[in-house]
Amino acid sequence: MTDPKSKAWRNDAYAKVTGKAKYTDDLKFSNVLHAAPVYSDFVHAKIELIITEDAENYPGVMRVLTARDVPGANHCGQIVQDYRIFADDKIRYHGDVVAMVVAESREIAIRASRLVRVEATPLPAVLDPEQAMKPDTALVHANHGSNILNTHKIRRGNVEQGFREAAFVIEEKFQTQFVEHAYMEPEVAVCVPRADGVIEVYGSMQHPFSTRRFTSACLGVPLSEIEVVGVPMGGGFGGKDDTAAIVCARTALAAKLLNRPVKMMYRRDWSIRESYKRHPYRIYYKMGVTQDGHISAVQCRIIADAGAYCSVTPWVTWRSTVQCCGPYQVENVQCDTCGVYTNNVVTGAMRGFGSPQMNFAIEQMVEIAAGKAGLSGVEFRRRNMVRQGSLTITGQRLDGHKVAMEQVFEAVLGEMDYAAKVARCSFGKSDSDELYGIGLAMSYRGVSLGAEGVDFCAAIINAQADGSILLETGIHENGQGSESALMLICARELGVDISRIRYRRASTSNIPDSGTTVASRGTIMGGGAVTLAAQELKNKIAGALCEKLHCRPEEVRFKDNCILGKTNKISFDDAMKAMFQSQRFPYAFGVFKAPRVTWDEHTGQGDAYFTWVYGCQAVELTVNKKTGKVKLLNAIAAHDVGKAINPEMVKGQFFGGMAMGTGFGLQEEIKLKDGKITNLNLNSYRIPRSMDMPEMKAILIENPDPVSPTGAKSIGEPANEIMAPAIANAIYHATGQRHFSLPIRMAGAAKEAPEEECRL
Amino acid sequence: MQIMKFHINGKEMEVGRELAEKRLVEYLREDLGLTGAKNACDIGACGACTILIDNEPLKICMRRVKDVEGRRVLTIEGMAAPDGTLHPLQQAFVDAGAIQCGFCTPGMVLIAHAFLLQNPLATREEIRKAINGNLCRCTGYQQIIDAIQKAAPHYQRDNISRDNAGSRACNTVPSFRR
Repeated sequence: MTDPKSKAWRNDAYAKVTGKAKYTDDLKFSNVLHAAPVYSDFVHAKIELIITEDAENYPGVMRVLTARDVPGANHCGQIVQDYRIFADDKIRYHGDVVAMVVAESREIAIRASRLVRVEATPLPAVLDPEQAMKPDTALVHANHGSNILNTHKIRRGNVEQGFREAAFVIEEKFQTQFVEHAYMEPEVAVCVPRADGVIEVYGSMQHPFSTRRFTSACLGVPLSEIEVVGVPMGGGFGGKDDTAAIVCARTALAAKLLNRPVKMMYRRDWSIRESYKRHPYRIYYKMGVTQDGHISAVQCRIIADAGAYCSVTPWVTWRSTVQCCGPYQVENVQCDTCGVYTNNVVTGAMRGFGSPQMNFAIEQMVEIAAGKAGLSGVEFRRRNMVRQGSLTITGQRLDGHKVAMEQVFEAVLGEMDYAAKVARCSFGKSDSDELYGIGLAMSYRGVSLGAEGVDFCAAIINAQADGSILLETGIHENGQGSESALMLICARELGVDISRIRYRRASTSNIPDSGTTVASRGTIMGGGAVTLAAQELKNKIAGALCEKLHCRPEEVRFKDNCILGKTNKISFDDAMKAMFQSQRFPYAFGVFKAPRVTWDEHTGQGDAYFTWVYGCQAVELTVNKKTGKVKLLNAIAAHDVGKAINPEMVKGQFFGGMAMGTGFGLQEEIKLKDGKITNLNLNSYRIPRSMDMPEMKAILIENPDPVSPTGAKSIGEPANEIMAPAIANAIYHATGQRHFSLPIRMAGAAKEAPEEECRL
Repeated sequence: MQIMKFHINGKEMEVGRELAEKRLVEYLREDLGLTGAKNACDIGACGACTILIDNEPLKICMRRVKDVEGRRVLTIEGMAAPDGTLHPLQQAFVDAGAIQCGFCTPGMVLIAHAFLLQNPLATREEIRKAINGNLCRCTGYQQIIDAIQKAAPHYQRDNISRDNAGSRACNTVPSFRR
């Protein structure tokens, strides 16, 4: 293992760089059957008959499963149980799975899947969310009574009065697109029935506990009969929650019914067709600004296309609502948000979780307002940004932590030499073909789940008699390096070398349900739990050994692989031996509970999150006058991360987030034609490539947060939520043109990026 | 002839003709247990299945076993020394923080290896261009490019072909010229 002090450190780096890391599809089991999903070509239709006979009779096919084979609940979901394991009454989107073929080989399963026929009566497809809200539109879920899935609101101050106080009012409409997570590893599951009746689930999913919940409900068995085991995962970005859990549940069902290991490895086109996306938003934004450049009122209406099923739409749209004014102080706010069912592809969690869409609107609105007020965007932000002790638009006082908005903002301005560069922007005029622009955007973000749900996390530190240590937490390794960060925290807390510690392969049958590894909560919640477990372990050891150390328990110190008294010390190895010899287990269970949050759904007021993070990003680019091609030249980000546990990996979150934000801003879009996705693979859905990205710089700001036991906060999502508006602002400074829709399409640029020719 | 021959990671392999039409990526992953090459798009769009054939990078998800007959194949499993010591390029990936989920990593390491063998004095921009066909969703490529740049000096020595993995990876490569 490499030296953790000077270089990046990961417990899984060696395995991954040598190809030895075993992802789900790399695992070998004997006697494995293979499964493939069956889709229909309908978008919205009443199912009359699913004819499986031909597929069942195909040589090598073991069984074809449909909704009637589900012994437990066919409906599942984290909030509303409307998601189907298999489509039953209706087909609600083009990615609905009507059946699953289980066969001796994957090839046979795929071939036979084409023989399943669906007879259904087409229904009018509801494809536009605003149309969907009208009373005479067909219902996607009749029992819900409306296509409006959920609503949130904020009522603060008096917006009418706020607009009256304004010197001017600006109104714009913004629109964002369906975005695919494009994790490199498609969904896959292997489920293995054990002799004791337990089904072991190995899968590419980022939420072992909801996978277990979905699977046990589907199979109609207790939670204890499903064991979801942690396996290296090829990326998630919020996207391996519901869909990935259902892939596991279906596979487990086949394993249980056929009493054999079953693998279902998704093809990329299935993955893109079926998996949920980032919600497209329509945002109607109205902002009043006073003579002296203060925002006096904001009124906004947010419509999120939820697609065919609820997934986590109410949580996503809640965050959008709470953060609908960005990091600015606004006394009069009226926000009305709704998630709307349509027959489009399902939408749900994606890195940023309702923030990237809002920030695209807000961070352009403030610049438009600044221009109208005769101020620079920088000065306008300085006048309006939240500071220490400010009230948020939900009435939460920002204190108890360092409000670092200004600090990150000034860091980016300084590092970028922003003021000088913004003066050199082309604004549509240039002697050469290239127009130059620089732009920035900033945000604050509530950390972890906030008032979305119960938020606590467990960790187990299990020291062994030889001084080696096993660590396990309820946080899932999605590829971000959570295990490494938690191991570093454990080593620091116990004053031992990290080489002593091994991260135990996580299992839902061992560690308590600690919720989802989402919401950028891994380090703060998992790290909190590890710290508290370490403290408990230290207390146990100090209590047991203080006599030998000739001091009081509270005087015992842990440092350099030793346990220190006032005058003498014991090596950690000897200490663990002594613990066992005196019938004491050096074992500790730590629970970190998120501090209390409050929320009033009727007024949209409350202490929505227990702490906040602050970030700012800036980008320089050129726009070619003739071709419209946008080239990024340079990008800088500053984020207050609380404390950087593993700095190189924190930077990796910065850069990866900025790249994903670039894709959101300039190139990515899931295209639907009549409800059917037309770009089903990575040649036609283009994520940023190395040449699409500029050189990037990460500025880590560290203000340890008092409510976080480690001081660390969040970085995964903050890094991904402001690049698109920074690009939009830079393009404005280059061309003088505003863009209100994502991805930004430049005049002159080819309307459709040509499907990439694959170089093999 | 009922047997096809090729070298894989320095070892000579003989394969029955009946496997000639098998997808190469499946043959490596299933028959040989070399699961470092990943199957992520099936159409050569992502590069997660990249391996080297006679030191040229190839996306193999649409290739067949017969396509490597008589050739020298290097997969990620052949990069490190037999005792497990990482190749300097692999070590650079580890040190630079170039690895997150790791799914693109084998392909990235191999395409970078092929590139540096030919271009040991490459600029940062040339490195950026060289890996453009391999997708990564986690890193934004910044630290991957850092890693490749960091490893480049190891390729600037004439004895590269005797470097640990090199002895298996590059023994057919004529020592490159500046």
